[in-house]
Amino acid sequence: MSKYFDDSASSAEIFLRHTLNRRELLLRGTAGIIAFAIPLGAHARPTLDEAIRSFTGGAEVRTGRVKFEISPLVENGNAVPVSVDVESPMTAVDHVRRIALFNEKNPQADVAIFHLSARAGRARIATRIRLATSQVVVAAAEMSDGSFWMSKASVIVTLAACIEDVSKS
Amino acid sequence: MSPSHDARADQRTKTAARGEIIEIRALVAHPMETGYREGPNGAVIPRNIIKRFVCKYAGEEVFAAELFPAIAANPYIAFTTVATTTGTLTFEWIDDQGEVQAASAEITVT
Repeated sequence: MSKYFDDSASSAEIFLRHTLNRRELLLRGTAGIIAFAIPLGAHARPTLDEAIRSFTGGAEVRTGRVKFEISPLVENGNAVPVSVDVESPMTAVDHVRRIALFNEKNPQADVAIFHLSARAGRARIATRIRLATSQVVVAAAEMSDGSFWMSKASVIVTLAACIEDVSKS
Repeated sequence: MSPSHDARADQRTKTAARGEIIEIRALVAHPMETGYREGPNGAVIPRNIIKRFVCKYAGEEVFAAELFPAIAANPYIAFTTVATTTGTLTFEWIDDQGEVQAASAEITVT
């Protein structure tokens, strides 16, 4: 797992570990502004392809330029490390605008959408995701020229996330 | 946004050369309750996730993320930014209930 934490591109780094602190501000009034399109009911999720299409607005998505790292065999679906590295010069005229993650079989197809700019210097993100069962996961990138690129990964999960039941523990 | 929010920010190596790409790793404590689980009484536990994360550098947004229930509890997000100027990096995590957790870090650019 150390590959996620040893990144030679960064000789200076900031590791921010923020604990739950009850002094957080209450952002009243703006709480409802960020609205996500949550399609249909809880049991009728869009397919993986539909989710990707809603991200691209129907544009063609080519395979390539996206390096998606995720373990092919995962013991614990509650926290699966992933990283996405997109081939891009990250200049003002040619950079990655968004990186998105989608899944095939969780209750919801979206995982995350990251917004980048030329100021990132490098198009690389890492996070930890939940996988409810063995499935296909997709990393897609939108470039500043409007093109879309993606990479797919198949993951086998031996202990699933999302379905654990508090009442039975 | 109390200064004590910075208490857990790691103080090592916060100096960078201008133009250098720095990696930022942000970790926040949050249950990321999916809204798909049942509690002991059989009732569904209401969804409460961090749905948005924003990083500003000297007041300007340099990175943001929209998160969904498939992001693991205690969200970890790593990303990069180019060191441009000495200043403050601020971080905000906003959840479904409108609660904002904030942190900041100073960076010296040489």
